[in-house]
Amino acid sequence: MPTVSVKQELLFQALGRRYTDEEFDELCFEFGLELDEITSEKDIISKEQGDGKAEGASDIILYKIDVPANRYDLLCLEGLVRGLQVFKERIKAPRYKRIMPANGDVQRLIITEETAQVRPHAVAAVLRNITFSKDRYDSFIDLQEKLHQNICRKRALVAIGTHDLDTISGPFTYTARPPSEIRFKPLNQSKEYTASEILDLYRTDSQLKHYLHIIENKPLYPVIYDSNGVVLSMPPIINGDHTKISINTRNVFVECTATDITKAKIVLDILVTMFSEYCEKQFIVEAAEVTYLNGKTCIYPILTLMSCFSETPSSLAKLLTRMCLKSHVTGNGNNIEIEIPPTRADIIHACDIIEDAAIAYGYNNIQMTIPKTYTIANQFPLNKLTELLRQDLAAAGFTEALTFALCSQEDIADKLGVDICSTKAVHIANPKTAEFQVARTSLLPGLLKTIAANKKMPLPLKLFEISDIVVKDSTKDVGARNQRNLCAIYYNKNPGFEFIHGLLDRVMQLLSVPPSKESGYLIKAAEDSAFFPGRCAEILAKGQSIGKLGVLHPDVITKFELTMPCSALEIKIEPFL
Amino acid sequence: MGANYPSLPACCVALMPSSEALGTEHCQRQDTGPPVRSPQVIEAEQRSSKRWELTPEGQEIVQEGSHEARVFDSIPAEGLPQSELMKLPSGKVGFSKAMSNKWVRLDKNADGGPRIFRAVESVRDSVREKLQLVQQGEAESLEEKDRNELKKRKLLMEVVIKTYWIRKGSAFSTTVTKQETDLTPEMIASGSWRDLKFKAYNFAALGIMPESGHLHPLLKVRTQFRQIFLEMGFTEMPTNNFIESSFWNFDALFQPQQHPARDQHDTFFLQDPAEATDFPMDYLKRVKKIHSQGGYGSQGYKYDWKLAEARKNILRTHTTAVSARMLYRLAQQKFAPAKYFSIDRVFRNETLDATHLAEFHQIEGVVADYGLTLGDLMGTLREFFTKLGISQLRFKPAYNPYTEPSMEVFSYHQGLQKWVEVGNSGVFRPEMLLPMGLPEGVSVIAWGLSLERPTMIKYGINNIRELVGHKVNLQMVYDGPLCRLDA
Repeated sequence: MPTVSVKQELLFQALGRRYTDEEFDELCFEFGLELDEITSEKDIISKEQGDGKAEGASDIILYKIDVPANRYDLLCLEGLVRGLQVFKERIKAPRYKRIMPANGDVQRLIITEETAQVRPHAVAAVLRNITFSKDRYDSFIDLQEKLHQNICRKRALVAIGTHDLDTISGPFTYTARPPSEIRFKPLNQSKEYTASEILDLYRTDSQLKHYLHIIENKPLYPVIYDSNGVVLSMPPIINGDHTKISINTRNVFVECTATDITKAKIVLDILVTMFSEYCEKQFIVEAAEVTYLNGKTCIYPILTLMSCFSETPSSLAKLLTRMCLKSHVTGNGNNIEIEIPPTRADIIHACDIIEDAAIAYGYNNIQMTIPKTYTIANQFPLNKLTELLRQDLAAAGFTEALTFALCSQEDIADKLGVDICSTKAVHIANPKTAEFQVARTSLLPGLLKTIAANKKMPLPLKLFEISDIVVKDSTKDVGARNQRNLCAIYYNKNPGFEFIHGLLDRVMQLLSVPPSKESGYLIKAAEDSAFFPGRCAEILAKGQSIGKLGVLHPDVITKFELTMPCSALEIKIEPFL
Repeated sequence: MGANYPSLPACCVALMPSSEALGTEHCQRQDTGPPVRSPQVIEAEQRSSKRWELTPEGQEIVQEGSHEARVFDSIPAEGLPQSELMKLPSGKVGFSKAMSNKWVRLDKNADGGPRIFRAVESVRDSVREKLQLVQQGEAESLEEKDRNELKKRKLLMEVVIKTYWIRKGSAFSTTVTKQETDLTPEMIASGSWRDLKFKAYNFAALGIMPESGHLHPLLKVRTQFRQIFLEMGFTEMPTNNFIESSFWNFDALFQPQQHPARDQHDTFFLQDPAEATDFPMDYLKRVKKIHSQGGYGSQGYKYDWKLAEARKNILRTHTTAVSARMLYRLAQQKFAPAKYFSIDRVFRNETLDATHLAEFHQIEGVVADYGLTLGDLMGTLREFFTKLGISQLRFKPAYNPYTEPSMEVFSYHQGLQKWVEVGNSGVFRPEMLLPMGLPEGVSVIAWGLSLERPTMIKYGINNIRELVGHKVNLQMVYDGPLCRLDA
């Protein structure tokens, strides 16, 4: 969930009234936002870097507000205020318009075919006669960053460039060139670099280094030139210094280059609808024309209503209008026509509109009802058996452990004296630490680790767990399956094999399986690297091997950092369903 | 014996410090339980006092004079070779003190080696005088600085004297009746118990815990949640498949392939088996279409949907993947209303902290029927949470990729004095349900919460590692109460 931080003072000024923290929190809740934190720059710096560093930092109060991940129109002060004001019916939802420039001289962006290999799409628009202030400018930059981090997926899908239109002259060309042929002065640098040098330059930049990989290994890098060969930007890395905007900039050329055209259109729409508020003609955006070499031409921003939905009855219309969805009842009064503004790219289905109606009505004003759905409940048989066995294992004096399903390769292989290849274990591709290398193939390591973490407890320690392990199984659609195992362990000054053996007998008694060769269960000597030679037996029941029991091998005990003898039992329980 | 109740023999009681004086708690579980509170034969009161005493060395100084004075006295007018002086019993200590007092001087260049001479005519042995005062019981007249100095020189020591003041107790008697510890089979057989006196039990002590096994607190809570769902007529879903394909975990839920949840940073992908092989292909085609082109009244996400992405195996990030499989299965039959639940493990490749682990238990409830409303969802949640003992609920608009409308559930927490999030809920999107083949007009409402969070709040546990995983505190498991969620 993205967090937007806004200055409390600016927010209240724009909302035209003051709120107590509680009142504002309540308003957020109602609207589906969350007032996450009330802080200041000073607080943030002193929290992150220590009190000393915070000296001199601003102590203006900041509201950090959590915004739903699909509401890109609420990612800046302008959008938040607009959304809340319309919601509280203090202003009307603005209607955004795209116009062609008065002189007919539309800004043009030509896309060459080389871009197809690296970043094939581009859209553009112009904010004409805009008036920035320090706060507006900061918000403009901040919104671009927020969009980059969220919908643009860290610039991989879309990258935004904004330029002072008065420093350049169209038409502009969006092309791709070998890095050695691109040369310009990047934003806020003092000299020119080639594209390769630029990448080297930003390799240590805390922000930009994260974007280099997007183009680094491509033969051609994307770049936008004006008609005089001035570089506007090398997306998605950096703009040129030449076109940089400032508080005094009056005309802004906005371009978005992308690998996903749908997202590029949305991003452009959000940026220009939010900041056209500060244009001489409010909420009016000047169009730009994008031309592909094959002659196809598109006019941006899209800004037209994305779609119209028809819904039934009437007071809904008013509710929807409060959510910036201009609505009116049509025809015989049974239909509502709803306009979806360009800011609401999150609306793709009528159900999205219904949600907005419900929010405007107030979730907490909705009458609660109990569905009349009549059903008979069933337990999942495996879980039912598990629940019953757990109770009786505890009654037998064993204490239940709850250990992780993920562990290291070492836990299930080296420490038990087996080779990882023979375990049929499922391997994780991207573990952050060794603790999450594999899914467990046995419950035993988890129980041994539980004992290791509880060495201070009085002996004997008697633990059990009934839970799932995971093994590869090529007959399953995903190539792996869970198996429900029962594992128990006895840890004391003596191995206590008889106690673990007795527990097996008790479990079989609980499952109504008698000790007999034919129709019951029996144990017979077996070898297993986890167990002490001659002290291990295989358990046969239901015509198959269901597991093993025995005295653990001293090497296993030592590898799990234990010191006492220990016996254990592990069986699968699915055969007893 | 090990029992806690029988008291100690009454005659001993009076001679021991009472339990109050020792400051012990009455509820300690220990073999030597606190003595009885019943009428006592004699009562003892402990008093203590402090006194300064001379150490053996201090006593010697009172007799013989301080080491430095003895050194001074032993030096004749013509002086003494240093080597001679050092052989004297007080030589070493006395010499350095005498030097620092400037009573003697050292001539290093004297004939026959370094030689010590008196530096003053006579000396006053104040150390001896002070110690004499202490010996006469007048230690208090010394300044504290002096006392400490002498204590440091190990000439003085502070002695604590404990005394008991003995009085007749309320049950004072000069005849001794031997009291019986406890009832025996012989006493019952002979009837002698009628004439015997028994020692009083100390009911303030605790009993001996029965030997037993224990269920894990989190799983006790799981049992209660299962019970609640079963009471409400919900059928348990088979969630015993930790490995899931991206298709069922994300695509089937209309979660776009570029969604951040599908990042390496958030989800555990599998290296082996890396890909799922088998899908219901007709359904898969419909899912592909709804993502890339839209349909069923939706615009879709309009991107290039890739099968390769859907094939990727992962550790499921939510049990909703199983709900999707169940709803798809439901859609393949003649529709009948369904209520499903599950409580099982899910996995996130997240940054770990005191409240987040890479795996946790998700609780999920799903209802599918014609014409379900938001009011039905809220009403179901109210019933569910009432059974958990949570009555004050509030709903906040929220965003989930696969539910619309979505609402976060908050409850007022009396202890924290604020509204806390207790769950997430919503109505599954038509883009998820219609491609499965569920009839139009069927709505599916669902909600989810974690098992760990309410358990931690319930039992006041701050660090999740104390609850889940091998670092669990077994004592906590042993001591755990029943899980009564509505109590």
